[in-house]
Amino acid sequence: MSVAILRQGDYLVASIQSDLTDSEVVALRYELAELVGRQRARGIVIDVTALDVIDSFVARSLRAIVLTVALRGAVTVVAGIQPDVAIAMVQFRLNLEPLRAALDLDAAIALLDRLTRGDAVDGG
Amino acid sequence: MTDHPKTEEERMDEEPDRSEEAGSLLQELVAYLRDNRTELREEWARRISEAELLDVMSDEEIFSEATAVYDNYVDALETGSIETLQTYARELSERIIPRGVETHEVLGIVLLLRDVLARSLFAKYQNDAELLNRILDSYEPAANRIAVTVGVSFVEERERVIHEQQETLRELSTPVLQLRDRLLILPIIGILDSARARQLTEQLLGAIRDNRATVVVIDITGVATIDRTVANHLVQTVEASRLMGASTILTGLSSEIAQTLVDLDVDLGMMKTVGDLQGGLEEAERLAGYRGPDPAGDVES
Repeated sequence: MSVAILRQGDYLVASIQSDLTDSEVVALRYELAELVGRQRARGIVIDVTALDVIDSFVARSLRAIVLTVALRGAVTVVAGIQPDVAIAMVQFRLNLEPLRAALDLDAAIALLDRLTRGDAVDGG
Repeated sequence: MTDHPKTEEERMDEEPDRSEEAGSLLQELVAYLRDNRTELREEWARRISEAELLDVMSDEEIFSEATAVYDNYVDALETGSIETLQTYARELSERIIPRGVETHEVLGIVLLLRDVLARSLFAKYQNDAELLNRILDSYEPAANRIAVTVGVSFVEERERVIHEQQETLRELSTPVLQLRDRLLILPIIGILDSARARQLTEQLLGAIRDNRATVVVIDITGVATIDRTVANHLVQTVEASRLMGASTILTGLSSEIAQTLVDLDVDLGMMKTVGDLQGGLEEAERLAGYRGPDPAGDVES
């Protein structure tokens, strides 16, 4: 499994290290849904910085994770989508609603802080 | 026969025993064209004005360029070498392209010269059909080759100019400016086409990453019109920025563009739009947390 899931305060950080097979993606989805409940996490960051490609299956799975985890009471932020990947994703019209994205892990944690605490101020 | 090899090369399709004779015919032809330089040149310049070609140039200019082309033309006929003519045609194109001379005009005047010369040959040799035929045999391929050379030189020069201008435009066209920490502004001016929209998206995403931007203001006050393709590109740009963690505010939509977007039924649900750049910047600063209360606290909406 090339995904490390770390606990960081109230959040879980799933760091994807290399391209995933479809079954690994499915396993990630299952594991995150499971862990959110067990660890009472309020937010999840999925770090995809290492991915050069996000295909339709991965995109669909990310969206499914967002929705699944939301039902278990946590917010998901995807961090580190690369510019080329972002362009490819919008060109192939991969539907990512209601996925939230952040530039990197730092920004993702900051965003989760705002989302889960209703804290309006973002740096400055 | 000093010019034999050139003639040979030029007249490849002809039987070998005739090439020498063709060479001497060409010499005769060249001598004739030199002798009648003044009348033929005037006749040509007259035909050019009649055909209303090169109307951006004065008669004197036409006459002096016509003289140079005529001499180069006859030289090219004589030597069979088109290099001098080619160089001259390039320089000429460089001079006349900025003045708005069109391709059809250049081709027109070269073909006119061909006509003028051919006609004078008809007049001279009309009593000897056999000789006229052989003269034309040597004249026509050479004349065609010259016409092609001049035309191609002109088009090549023009393409070079167009290419250069495109490069310049590409470099000038899309500055991404950092207004404040994490706040970028992208003013778009002029015509947005697909290539530019794509390049703009790439530049913007790179800038978002480099500046760690969370808010981008895209100002399209300077864009006159927009079509479906470009509108979809804008939507994609906004969507891609969102995937990079930045929210986008679109400002300066003219009433025309706003109506077009509605008529085209472009999905603008993703876009946050503000009337003018000033309002957009205020909104952006609020989103980025620079000023005022942020009731929603949601930068990503």
